[in-house]
Amino acid sequence: MKPILQAQGLRLAFGGVKAADGIDLDVGEGEFLAIIGPNGAGKTTFINMCTGWLKPQAGRILWRGQDIAGLPPRRITAKGIARSFQLPQLFTEHTVLRNLALAIAAREGAFSLLRPLLRPGWTEEAMEIMRGFGLEFLADTRADALNEGSRKLADIAMAVALKPRLLLMDEPTSGVAASEKLGIVETLARVLRETGVSAVFVEHDMEVVSRFADRVAVWSQGRIVANGPPQAVLADPDVRREVIGIEDAHAAP
Amino acid sequence: MTHRREALLALLFALAVLAAAFAAPWLRFVLTLALAKGIAALGVMLLLRAGQVSFGHAMFVAFAAYAVAFLAGRVGDALLLLPLAMLLTSLLGLVIGLFVARYREIFFGMLNLALSMVFYSLLEKFYSITHGTDGMRVPAVTWAGMATERVGGEWAVLVAALVLAIGFALLARLYLASPLGEALQGIKTREARLEFMGLPPRRVLLVAYVLSAAMAGTAGALIALTTRHVTPLMGYWTASGELVFIVILGGAGGVLGPFLGAVAYELVRVYAAASVADAWQLILGAVLLAVILFARGGLFSLLRGRRA
Repeated sequence: MKPILQAQGLRLAFGGVKAADGIDLDVGEGEFLAIIGPNGAGKTTFINMCTGWLKPQAGRILWRGQDIAGLPPRRITAKGIARSFQLPQLFTEHTVLRNLALAIAAREGAFSLLRPLLRPGWTEEAMEIMRGFGLEFLADTRADALNEGSRKLADIAMAVALKPRLLLMDEPTSGVAASEKLGIVETLARVLRETGVSAVFVEHDMEVVSRFADRVAVWSQGRIVANGPPQAVLADPDVRREVIGIEDAHAAP
Repeated sequence: MTHRREALLALLFALAVLAAAFAAPWLRFVLTLALAKGIAALGVMLLLRAGQVSFGHAMFVAFAAYAVAFLAGRVGDALLLLPLAMLLTSLLGLVIGLFVARYREIFFGMLNLALSMVFYSLLEKFYSITHGTDGMRVPAVTWAGMATERVGGEWAVLVAALVLAIGFALLARLYLASPLGEALQGIKTREARLEFMGLPPRRVLLVAYVLSAAMAGTAGALIALTTRHVTPLMGYWTASGELVFIVILGGAGGVLGPFLGAVAYELVRVYAAASVADAWQLILGAVLLAVILFARGGLFSLLRGRRA
């Protein structure tokens, strides 16, 4: 699979804590890559470096062969990389519809002073995206009145509305009710597969990972300790013990 | 509030202003000042949408007023002076905006205050050019080539102020409903998201800043044409505070708010100053306190019939 994003030798430490200690990681065209690992391992730092929020102290991030490490977030967004957040980042005083319309406006170029945000084409597109996420009945609800699960979905929907080529998601199912998790990821995966978008998602739910990831990278103390297809990685006794916290009864003594 | 109700309110407001000016000739001057300050306050309101309070916008008012004072001798017609002053102030707003749009909240407020006080000192100290605290007289101007006597001149400025007020209110309304206007509120609530959507918050705020400078400039030009005398005090920090006061009094929930606030402010000031000369600021303070405690959305929200 041809890589669209290649991280090479990324290093970033906060004080003495090495969040990234020589990370090499590729994301293929149209691939879904899951990153798993204990809390504080540096998974979110990876997303922050890929989207320009943090600058790596060493290493390169190649987007289609071009180094984007250290570019400001808006330049990276313009290249087709979008992200969602572990804690939803919504415009809390706007309705869900307006949140999405703003994302569409940002993508299309918002600098027309005299045409309204809620113009016919954009409103329809926003409604279409909301339907995809099952949010259409919340269109006129203010973002600060949403429950945690809907807030999470709206946050991801805003990133999808930017029509990225690569979507980076930080714990997309955290805060979502267990009964809704799989449905949400299924919807999301369908939307992304239809448009051939690549995705990287940090995830703690192993069922979500095993069902939807094409490949799993295990991040621990700033290093990638395992990288491969979900069946193989999730069956590795070390990974099961260190990351997932399962002690296999029949593990070697 | 529906478009129709707001348009109706605006129309009633305009008619009330004209009727009052007709019935009580001495009110023409007060109402012209109120409309001008309403335009400047409308600009301050745009920045407030982004959660940013400027304590220095009187600088743009004073800049435009002095521009009119300097240019009136050469460009003798008000219909040229007004757009010229507005354009020059917008340019100043662009230069200063490029700098201050990088800052937020207390830093934004204080930087605007500091810059306006620098400008105030320049006006005060360069006596040979600006006549210091004495100020400058504004020569008589023509309106569309017609010389006007005193009463005609007063009506001309009042009508110009009313037309410009309506024009800017409409512009602000369109702007606030446009993507950039809606994004202003995003600066207040979740600025980082704008950055990650590829919409640079600084540019979003800069557009609002230049618009607000243009409005303050228009106000300054109108005030200069009304009072026919400009002084550095027009740019003093209390004059900037007055604009913020007017927005809070009138309410930031709609474009009519600043104009309601400005008219209420000027009328309270005039009547209170006439009846209790030593305590008029006390009365203004009490009015502001009442608004903050009982009508957070200002006079506009009272008219709208529900609390914002």
